Amino acid sequence: MTGPHSLFGPLDPAPDAGYVDAPSRKGFFTDTSVCIGCKACEVACKEWNDVPENLYEMLGTSYDNSHSLNANQWRHVAFIEQPAGRSSVGLPPSIGDAAPSRDSVDLGMPTLGAAPTDVPDDAKPDFRWLMSSDVCKHCTHAACLDVCPTGSLFRSEFGTVVVQDDICNGCGYCVAACPYGVIDRRRGPEGDPKVGIAQKCTLCYDRLTDNQRPACAQACPTESIQYGDVDELRERASARVATLHEQGVMDARLYGNDPDDGVGGTGAMFLLLDEPEVYGLPPDPVVTTKDLPQMARRAGMAAAAMLAGAAVSFLRRTP
Amino acid sequence: MVPDAEFTSYYGRPIVKAAPWEHDIAYYLFTGGVAAGSSLLAAGADLTGRPGLRRVARLGSLGGLLSSIVFLVHDLGKPSRFLNMLRVAKLTSPMSVGTWILSIHGPFAALASMSELVGMLPARWQPAPVRLLLALGRPAGLAGALTAPPVAAYTAVLLADTATPAWHDAYEELPFVFCGSAAAASGGLGLIGAPLAESGPARAFAVGGALVELAAERRMERSMGISVETLHDGDAGRWMRMSLGLTAAGAVGAVVGRRSRVLSALSGAALMAGSFSTRMGVFEAGLASAKDPKYTVVPQRERLARGEPVRHEH
Repeated sequence: MTGPHSLFGPLDPAPDAGYVDAPSRKGFFTDTSVCIGCKACEVACKEWNDVPENLYEMLGTSYDNSHSLNANQWRHVAFIEQPAGRSSVGLPPSIGDAAPSRDSVDLGMPTLGAAPTDVPDDAKPDFRWLMSSDVCKHCTHAACLDVCPTGSLFRSEFGTVVVQDDICNGCGYCVAACPYGVIDRRRGPEGDPKVGIAQKCTLCYDRLTDNQRPACAQACPTESIQYGDVDELRERASARVATLHEQGVMDARLYGNDPDDGVGGTGAMFLLLDEPEVYGLPPDPVVTTKDLPQMARRAGMAAAAMLAGAAVSFLRRTP
Repeated sequence: MVPDAEFTSYYGRPIVKAAPWEHDIAYYLFTGGVAAGSSLLAAGADLTGRPGLRRVARLGSLGGLLSSIVFLVHDLGKPSRFLNMLRVAKLTSPMSVGTWILSIHGPFAALASMSELVGMLPARWQPAPVRLLLALGRPAGLAGALTAPPVAAYTAVLLADTATPAWHDAYEELPFVFCGSAAAASGGLGLIGAPLAESGPARAFAVGGALVELAAERRMERSMGISVETLHDGDAGRWMRMSLGLTAAGAVGAVVGRRSRVLSALSGAALMAGSFSTRMGVFEAGLASAKDPKYTVVPQRERLARGEPVRHEH
């Protein structure tokens, strides 16, 4: 943790954390243009990682009923219903056509209403659905890890960020530090041994060490969630967004793929079809510790001023 | 009045998460400040022969420290594991650095305070070990004083080094607000407890601290951007208005009432209450700013619109 980019700037996090001969950095590329909102990722994650029930709350806003990423929800499918024409360019009639290298596959998913071909264009629904499976970003510069006072959060050899459950004392600092609002302190259910400590996606650390894909990627029926080497995923993401742009989906954009961005690029990157904030993501997040040297300088100045002020208060005052 | 900024969000839900901290942490910001400032006043009073001021300051330091520890441990999700704070020393974690600052300052300050306590015992209850403790009072107190300012200052970095908009946006000025507030509160305690003949330095420290706090707070409000709204609205707004009134009144009262024991004590109480209100206000503003996605989205959006995304320059 002493490199010139240790607080900000591009770097490979595992070697920076001191690993020698670390495996290549692993991550996710979540292509939301093929997400069908099935929530298989949510279920697989809960099953594999033994994540207990989430707060059950009917939100009344969309088909999203898992609310947010939190200590009991390590994958969260955001579900957005938008009026059509909100975006500058609409989606092509069938998003399946957007992947020219392969034919669309019938997944046996239930359909709603009449088959699209039977409906004249002007009678089609005037809205669109956006679905995106959100997850911990496994930042290159992870604020949660930086601020953790116990060393419970650590950088794995795969470049991911993982909580050691038996070390965390539940101070909650990581919760406030995460620029994406991912990590949280577990509040329930009562009796769960991890109540009171910080919890989030581990990128299935225990599967990676056995050369297995994370559970969510394994379960995803449309390959919306892709797992692999971050370098390769970045290339795959760039190729995919180029394909979509070629096909006229000009709203497609990548999120988290830039190693020069405010968090040094993320291990989990996304292809989005609207602005990040529409999906509940910050548009231009910055790791808070980027400013830590200046914070420390200002605190040093204030502390020196306080010491001087105390000394001056006693000057030339004899009792 | 600035019109409400236009922004989109995911059904109005928060982006960053508010710190899962109870009011314990706001109370700690106050008691830690009292402890730090009192430690400074106690050493000065000890060196300049003001036993009355030294006594109240050393007791204030001990009381502040003990209550700080209680608040800090109580707020942990797993209080039984609080010692895990000491298994690493991490410069990137203000909480780790703060824990070590407290671990160094605490024993010295506590030793000086213990010395003060045993000094209050009748002479016949002061056998040799107790006399040793008495002799250690001054050096321990000096070491405590030198390590005290970081105790008051680091809490500002603790809050600022987060994604909580109203805390991070305030990082330039918050250390001065908190150190000023600590001086005002501890000086105020001196004004309450010390006799008039000895309270001069406490008065100067308190009034100086109050002025720094008020000035730095105004400056902070101008530099924060839109998250400053959370310092004006709701509970935080009420606390900050109380802070302004009490701190200003306490400072004026401390100067005007310098020949009156009663007025001095009342002013000291007002300064302490003002400092407490500042801590509560800043704490509540941070939580409010995290709960509204506006304070996360709008500044980032505006930065992008200006063509100034945060990117590493090669």
